[in-house]
Amino acid sequence: MAPDLSALFAVRAGDYRAGVRQCTPAELPDLLATLLAGASGVVLPAGTPPDWTTRLGPPTLSGDTLTAAELDAPGLAVLTGCALAVAETGTLVLDGGAAQGRRLLTLVPDHHVCVVRAEQIVADVPDLVIALSDPTRPLTMISGPSATSDIELNRVEGVHGPRRLDIVCLPPA
Amino acid sequence: MTRARPQRGRQLPIVAVTPFPRAAASALRDTRLRANLGRATRTIREKRAAVVAEVPDWERLRDRAARVKDDVIDRLPQLVAQFARAATAAGATVHHAVDAAAANAVVTELVRAQGVDRVVKVKSMATQEIGLNEALAAAGVTAVETDLAELIVQLADDTPSHILVPAIHYDRGQIREIFARRMPGFTADSDDPAVLAGAARDYLRRTFLAARVAICGANFAVAETGSLVVVESEGNGRMCLTLPDTLIAVVGVEKLLPRFADLGDFLRLLPRSSTGERMNPYTSIFTGVTPGDGPRRLHVVLLDNGRRRIAADPVGRAALRCIRCSACLNVCPVYERVGGHAYGSVYPGPIGAILSPQLTGQDAGHNATLPYASTLCGACYDVCPVKIDIPAILVHLRQQGPKPAAERAAMAWLAWTMRDRRRWRAALRTARAGGRPLRVLTRRHGGRLRRAPWPLSAWTTHRDAPLPADESFRDWWSRTRGS
Repeated sequence: MAPDLSALFAVRAGDYRAGVRQCTPAELPDLLATLLAGASGVVLPAGTPPDWTTRLGPPTLSGDTLTAAELDAPGLAVLTGCALAVAETGTLVLDGGAAQGRRLLTLVPDHHVCVVRAEQIVADVPDLVIALSDPTRPLTMISGPSATSDIELNRVEGVHGPRRLDIVCLPPA
Repeated sequence: MTRARPQRGRQLPIVAVTPFPRAAASALRDTRLRANLGRATRTIREKRAAVVAEVPDWERLRDRAARVKDDVIDRLPQLVAQFARAATAAGATVHHAVDAAAANAVVTELVRAQGVDRVVKVKSMATQEIGLNEALAAAGVTAVETDLAELIVQLADDTPSHILVPAIHYDRGQIREIFARRMPGFTADSDDPAVLAGAARDYLRRTFLAARVAICGANFAVAETGSLVVVESEGNGRMCLTLPDTLIAVVGVEKLLPRFADLGDFLRLLPRSSTGERMNPYTSIFTGVTPGDGPRRLHVVLLDNGRRRIAADPVGRAALRCIRCSACLNVCPVYERVGGHAYGSVYPGPIGAILSPQLTGQDAGHNATLPYASTLCGACYDVCPVKIDIPAILVHLRQQGPKPAAERAAMAWLAWTMRDRRRWRAALRTARAGGRPLRVLTRRHGGRLRRAPWPLSAWTTHRDAPLPADESFRDWWSRTRGS
């Protein structure tokens, strides 16, 4: 993927109040540990690469078995990868595949940290629709933390979904 | 599908019970409403203009989207069947509802089958249109709206006044008052939007976690794959789509798209037109049921409710392209001043003025007054992401609709007069002779008549009437070029 797509993705995701950081694969474990240091526990979906979690301080929980009520415990964070990402809009796309898990894992906890590889980034939404390997999987497109414009049409972040979204971008392999 | 008996004595919430001019007049006296609407629509107009300007091929996008939707309207029955096949194959149960009563009956029965007396709802225009919440209430089921604005409106015992932002007519102070009065456990003394949104989050969390049945609409339904698409901002949609065991989607048949690839254009057009964002925070796309993720039962109720009849009208059918983005409301000078309630329908503004009368027929309530709720300025056409020529449809509906007896008589006389040159010239001479003495009287108003005697007073209540010129063009020509 062209490096300019990564740069555009980072800017656009930041525009909608996601925290965006770039790092090398070697720096990733420490950066994730820093981002997740304040969590009471970190939810991990099946298929999370083991080297992501080598430095984590808080206890890790398997995303496979947690109920919605358990996910609602105060201070939980969730760490995922993604299926694809869109540069133009700063959007993450999850399809329930490896390191993503069920849809409610990235919804109920208050803090979502997502790792994006540069080669997962496509230019715009039409490219995304073409690039999806299986459009019938449950898809969630995420652009920033949850928000509302329902009060005087002023955007407020943090309604029912996670109030904080942190994105970590890895360079092309 | 068996047709349920219509609920007697209940008008659909797309039928205006007051003529638009009368409803507008009382809305115009509410200065706080005007201030709230002016501020909100100005904000959203500026945001929309900025993100639309970013897209170099916006006009091509609009053209393509309009063509795709026209194709859908051309092939409605075929695409409905294709969607039903694909969704069923993916594990959904598809129902067909010919009208509001049938849709309400199906949904009520499905909720009853789960033995619950509370359901959570995602914001959905289709369920608003059929009055589903009222139908459920009549069956003893409480429908909890989970979209922040819908919740505000529900707590206030009010009705929505905007397609996208149902509570656009309230400012933050009014919303705080509503929460303080009606939301259990609300104690905040701040009217900061972040605080108010946080209160809604706390209030609804338990409800989401306990919900067993959810009801949603859909922004798009893909015939090719049987997928449904729900576009939202807050996450309440995702909560409803993933936590409960049973999900019921009520989808107007015009929401269909032929191919999954069509979503590429529409997901670019909708957020930019609607909230003025490059992309809305959350978009969910789901196809049937997925073991281990989300609901175990998915029911899709495909709603007609007048849509096939609209599809048969060669001009009016373009209204079915609408993707409910609300851009036309935000630019409309009439909507901005009178607000949504004046239109007497859950579909207000320019799109409401062409959608409500067509869905119900112009003889329903006072819906025939809605096509006149416009200055025909065309701003709505300019911003419409699917290029609905709303002014043309308004004119078309005016031509079809009922006219006041006085207007019919005047037009008949005029037609008779203008068919014959001698009659026409005589009429002009009479008008000039009648106008001459008035010229002196109206000099203060630039030679325009402010108030005419009955029956012409019907015209001059809202506008001035120009006086006929002193000399006709023909007279001037023969006088100066002398033949």
